[in-house]
Amino acid sequence: MIEVQDLTVRFAGVTPLDDVSVTFPGGTCGLIGPNGAGKTTFFNVLSGFVRPARGAIRGFGEDLLAMADFRRARWGLRRTFQTEQAIEKLSVFDNVAMIHEHSAAKRATRQADVLDAIEFVGLDISPKAKVGGLGAGERRLVELARAVVGKPRVVLLDEPAAGLPQAETEQMGAVIQKIPEKFGALVILVDHDMGLVSDCCETTAVLDFGKLIASGPTAEVLRNEHVMRAYLGTEEEL
Amino acid sequence: MPRVEQGTVVRGVVIVGLVAAALFGVPQIAGADWITTSTSIAIYAVAALGFGILYGRVGMISLGQIALLTIGCWVGTRLSYATSLPFPLLLLASGGITCAIGVLVGLPALRLSGLYLALITLMFAGATTIVLSVNDFPNGGGGFTGRSATGALTTSTPPVRRPSWAIADVAYYRYTVIVCAILFLLALLHVAGKPGRAWASIRESEPAALAAGVNITLYKLWAFALASFVTGVAGCLLAAQVGVPRAITFQTQDSLTLAATALIGGIYSLWGAIVAGIFQQGIPFLFQAQWGINPNFILIIFGAGLLQVLLTAPGGLADQLPKDLTRLGRLFFNLVVSRLREQAAAEKKAP
Repeated sequence: MIEVQDLTVRFAGVTPLDDVSVTFPGGTCGLIGPNGAGKTTFFNVLSGFVRPARGAIRGFGEDLLAMADFRRARWGLRRTFQTEQAIEKLSVFDNVAMIHEHSAAKRATRQADVLDAIEFVGLDISPKAKVGGLGAGERRLVELARAVVGKPRVVLLDEPAAGLPQAETEQMGAVIQKIPEKFGALVILVDHDMGLVSDCCETTAVLDFGKLIASGPTAEVLRNEHVMRAYLGTEEEL
Repeated sequence: MPRVEQGTVVRGVVIVGLVAAALFGVPQIAGADWITTSTSIAIYAVAALGFGILYGRVGMISLGQIALLTIGCWVGTRLSYATSLPFPLLLLASGGITCAIGVLVGLPALRLSGLYLALITLMFAGATTIVLSVNDFPNGGGGFTGRSATGALTTSTPPVRRPSWAIADVAYYRYTVIVCAILFLLALLHVAGKPGRAWASIRESEPAALAAGVNITLYKLWAFALASFVTGVAGCLLAAQVGVPRAITFQTQDSLTLAATALIGGIYSLWGAIVAGIFQQGIPFLFQAQWGINPNFILIIFGAGLLQVLLTAPGGLADQLPKDLTRLGRLFFNLVVSRLREQAAAEKKAP
């Protein structure tokens, strides 16, 4: 469980997150909102890239903000980025193994864990293949394998299917749904594809201009009039 | 027992073959001047290796490699005057002290990158040259800091000692090749292991590396420590090769030509460092001593070569040459096969 309390982030005169209090209970949770709503800033606070002006975040009872940024991965925090971050010059295996190396998982299980993560995301290629030679969908799956290897506790997925065709998005969605059960991790999914969010997330929180405007079961949240107005500027159903 | 891949075996055989050729083949065919040049090639290949680790692996442009080579040379020289340490310990001490200085030079890299880091490290190289001149490097006085009353170089300035079994140039060349091979192996172990993967991650994206749990401060300084250590050891080898090093040997602009030759050789591959060593030391010798061409022309050639590499082969010669040779081999093979087929067809037609 992730508990966020009174989280406020200020960049000079801008307040990308304004007094946000929300709880991500477990399973797969959505975090949606229009562009500039503060979703990625929230991920950046969780990752330690941005220091909040005030507020607290507790992950499974531990104070995440008190932890050094690079130690959060060892604690079990994983994330993907909007732009691809798989390392082109390394093989698929090494890409996933380097996350395992800096995690709390045991060295003795590295090979098995890495191959398991590659198989879990459905990558049907040689682990020795260089990532630079893979297609966009395969690279996104490598990133997903990096996000689930080495005892993850919280997996942050920032638009993991951005730019992918429908079939690959559906494949990605099916994999995301299985993460909590397989690894026991809490997933927070940021995406603009409401189909993907509906399919994957039991609960969803919505940000708009840095403020939390709704949270709860996904189906209810997507019918919320404030959410529809924020997203579409109308009260038409999403 | 873990299965060894075929590619690893082939690479291992090629490496062992090349080291054997360097140890036993080169002394058979090379004259005294080429032995000296080959020793320098091996030493400068290690300096280029240091540049390759920093830029090719981590993405930090450091133009202070020649300064670190100088510091290794200086420390090796002075320790040789001041102590009776066995030569291998002299190498390790030079590498260790240069490593400590290199880590200090690397501190700005935690905040700076790109052009700014390049400028800072180039200024470090310039400052080292000035300190050398002011101190009449190497100065033949006794002890580590002792100064000769007569100045920088006198006829009594003692040469830096060599290992007792490698006094002659050929033996010292072999000794240098072995030490450099060990330094390359040390770099290979780093690159293929956990540090190499962490460096690749930092090079790709620092935020992503941080999110992956990589301690960026530690791994950046680790890269500087490794690059400085190998370059410091190479500097000590250079001190014993020339006997009495002179400040004029180490010019600030050499850091720039080293960067250029490292890029021409290929910074993403350890082989590229060997090509860079050949370009840095072998080509100038060929131009000046063998062909009598003004060595200043080399700068123009390096400039053209760098442009060519950056435009057409960003992986450098170490990456491009095997590809081109394979393509050439395939072309030649197809040509021979088609000629044989034509011949067979003509023979069939003949009554």
